[in-house]
Amino acid sequence: MKLEVMRYLPESDPEPRHQVYEVPYSDTGSVLEALQYIKDELDPTLSFRWSCRMAICGSCGMNINGVPRLACRTFLREYFPGPVRIDALAHFPVERDLVISAADFIAKLESIKPYIIPRVERDVSEGEYLQTPLELEKFNQFTKCINCMLCYAACPQYGIDPAFLGPGVIALAHRYNADSRDGAAEERMGQLHAEEGLWSCTAVGYCSEVCPKDVDPANAVNQNKMASALDYFLRFVKPGDKS
Amino acid sequence: MNVRRPYVRRMEPGWWWKNAFLLRYMIREMTSLLVAVYAFVLLAGVFALSRGDAAYRQWLDVMANPWSVAFHGLLLAVFLYHSWSWFEIMPKTLPQIRLGGRRLPAAAITWGGLAATVACCGILLGGTLWLTR
Repeated sequence: MKLEVMRYLPESDPEPRHQVYEVPYSDTGSVLEALQYIKDELDPTLSFRWSCRMAICGSCGMNINGVPRLACRTFLREYFPGPVRIDALAHFPVERDLVISAADFIAKLESIKPYIIPRVERDVSEGEYLQTPLELEKFNQFTKCINCMLCYAACPQYGIDPAFLGPGVIALAHRYNADSRDGAAEERMGQLHAEEGLWSCTAVGYCSEVCPKDVDPANAVNQNKMASALDYFLRFVKPGDKS
Repeated sequence: MNVRRPYVRRMEPGWWWKNAFLLRYMIREMTSLLVAVYAFVLLAGVFALSRGDAAYRQWLDVMANPWSVAFHGLLLAVFLYHSWSWFEIMPKTLPQIRLGGRRLPAAAITWGGLAATVACCGILLGGTLWLTR
């Protein structure tokens, strides 16, 4: 089967190009295994990220025939008889071949404080922060995010304006905001209220379509728009701070 | 040699054309332009009404023109798709809704929204017909 793989060697290529490789076809072979075959048997200069091979590390995201997917859970049989075109994950700067720079995503992820900031600080001796199953259910799906960034590659708004906070990071901000043990929602909402926050989203919904873990980031973004709009208008009727 | 020279790819002008999902999204967005166009057609009717009986009858004549009827048929199809596309993404805009301890499925929200719209349109149409009988 033919694979048209994006190549970009920053020391010699002015821009990305595609190189065709012939790989052995098997019903059970994944795109990641095909890339590993190329690297081991045909061309050791090919670079790509991978780790777990089982859709949990989120490293092997790439655009396969134009669709953002994890290479490890995408099978050659879906594209038989080929060819398959493999590009680096869309919208991100390409470092080398299929390796993209995730710096922008990581910076945004850090900025929303993706960890529990307790409502009331407790000492270890006071025991755990308890939570009911119903309270867990409110945010459980958003905890499944593996930071694979497929949703960013799917989002045309992020492609047009990389300042957009983006689906994955907003889903994780919502994950902590909706956690009954957390008390820092107000801090995080500042960023979400901004134009580059929730309001850059035009409800395309493709982020949720490509998400390999059914996180449904479009739901996290769009349900917060209502909260954000209410927050904006309620300022005018609430006593106190008018800033 | 280790050179860092990250390459930034620009989005192609026809980015939405090659992907069925994104194409549907763009059709949804473009149908909203026709919704706006029809709002102006109705506004023209209201304006004609304000200018008196003759002007209003003239507007009604224009509306009864076969081209205008065909245009309305086209717009009806466009509006139906436009409405459907928004109810389709309605579940994405709502927080979890629980009924009897279970999460309401997305399809129930979409079809519930559509049913409510059809009911409202029915009440509006019925009310108008009753008032103008």
